[in-house]
Amino acid sequence: MIRIANGQGFWGDWLEAPVRLVDNGPIDYLTLDYLAEVTMSILQKQRQKDPELGYARDFPPLIGRIAAKLRAAKIKVIANAGGVNPVACARAVLKAAPGLKVAVVLGDDILDRISELLAKGYAMRNIDTGEPLSTIREHILSANAYIGAFPLAEALATGADVIISGRCADAALVLAPMIHEFGWQPDDYDKLAAGIVAGHIIECGAQCSGGNCQVDWQTIPDLANIGYPIVEAAPDGSFVVTKHAGTGGRIDTDGVKEQLLYEIGDPRAYMTPDVVADFTSLELEDIGPNRVRGCSVRGAPRPVMLKASISYHAGWKASGTLVYSWPQALEKARAADRITRERLAQLGLKFDEIYTEYFGVNACHGPAAHPAGDPPEVQLRIGVRGPDKRAVDRFTREMIPLVLTGPPGGTGYGEGRPEVRQIVAYWPALVPREEIQARVEVIA
Amino acid sequence: MKIPLARIAHTRSGDKGDISNIGVIAWKPQYYPVLLREVTPERVKTFFGSFVEGRVERFELPNLHALNLLLYHGLGGGGTVSLRTDAQGKTMGAALLGMEIDIDERELTD
Repeated sequence: MIRIANGQGFWGDWLEAPVRLVDNGPIDYLTLDYLAEVTMSILQKQRQKDPELGYARDFPPLIGRIAAKLRAAKIKVIANAGGVNPVACARAVLKAAPGLKVAVVLGDDILDRISELLAKGYAMRNIDTGEPLSTIREHILSANAYIGAFPLAEALATGADVIISGRCADAALVLAPMIHEFGWQPDDYDKLAAGIVAGHIIECGAQCSGGNCQVDWQTIPDLANIGYPIVEAAPDGSFVVTKHAGTGGRIDTDGVKEQLLYEIGDPRAYMTPDVVADFTSLELEDIGPNRVRGCSVRGAPRPVMLKASISYHAGWKASGTLVYSWPQALEKARAADRITRERLAQLGLKFDEIYTEYFGVNACHGPAAHPAGDPPEVQLRIGVRGPDKRAVDRFTREMIPLVLTGPPGGTGYGEGRPEVRQIVAYWPALVPREEIQARVEVIA
Repeated sequence: MKIPLARIAHTRSGDKGDISNIGVIAWKPQYYPVLLREVTPERVKTFFGSFVEGRVERFELPNLHALNLLLYHGLGGGGTVSLRTDAQGKTMGAALLGMEIDIDERELTD
């Protein structure tokens, strides 16, 4: 049995979590997932400004902070902290924690190969819309294929203490140590699928141990000290999801089910670079306090194509808010919205969309929201987006004047003019597996 | 009788691009057939109205007594494009808890 803990569900997750995981009890592997879909484009921009950047900058100081513990307890770290510059990330780790052995997995970054791949006839159509990549060719900011668990396992086989990858399948971070320790082969479909299911359960960190959980949420103990999840994996593909004793949160089948269903498509065919997992074959059981066992997972051969995640510039946006107070707060906010739209039209400004929400009334649930009555206050939020940055910038001047030129009782403008932000959109596509060659390097 | 979905199920929701994804889990195994009968793609689509521009697709997970719903073009453009506060549909599952369903009293007290 090996113990694999996940201490980071996204870049920006709780900084203390990985430190507590190595301090609070035994683990063999610590995985850290830093990369959301649009994170790569932010990192690509950082690298363009400075060739030594482009990775998750929280990661090297974290390793510095826990290095002594990693050495003493022989804990291996597997993280996709490399972003678009895994080698620079590895160098920064070696600087923060001299003496550790660090390996990187490369080959996911295809930004420089887009023209070559298009020329070979791969349209890299948007999986959701069917449009060919050529329609946004000039606007691409980053492009990465999803690497699977086998190259990560190969990196573990070098004896490295810290494995750093760029874009990889989130659950592959957790599957990799199982492949490495148990000798699972590419055609061990059921076992690989079990590892993916276990990985999916813990890849969002505390979201399977009591965080963002609807199951009697008021009674979930000590969320301030929530324990991040640990998978105890067995060579036969069965596993137990648990957390360290004395930590807060709760792990039971109801909560684990919520996470299993989080951000998946067809549950019979959860696609990863290594295997297609069937979530409908999983059997879950509560076997003790904060212990959930999973088994019987079935898998099918890996897909022919690899998924790629491409990001591109898609215009500009801004959103501004004002608060209107009782009485008739909603009526006032609606009037302010009408006035703003009329003024924007008079200026001749063109947008792809103008979108209005009323906090306290319908911002989260739109037309599905419960009727609000006459609430004590309502926050008006108007957002615009479009290709013309000047038009979006002009919009940001239109909110604050409403306080003196619109309906009575407008306030809450203290943060000033809204910020104009670039829209970096996401383009999921498929690339042929044979075009992507992952490789492992030990960085000295 | 009519009850909100919250009485028999809990949810978690998130995004994949412009697709809102809602997992719906029965509180008890015996409620799963009620989910199958009442939480249909058509009813979910109607419930969210103009919030969801595309179709609703439903998958069944009898092993977990759960459904997985995909609401296409359900996030106003999705992720970074959407102008919504909840651009990633984190609260869409909670919204669905308020959907009224028809249930026989015997099904509820089972």
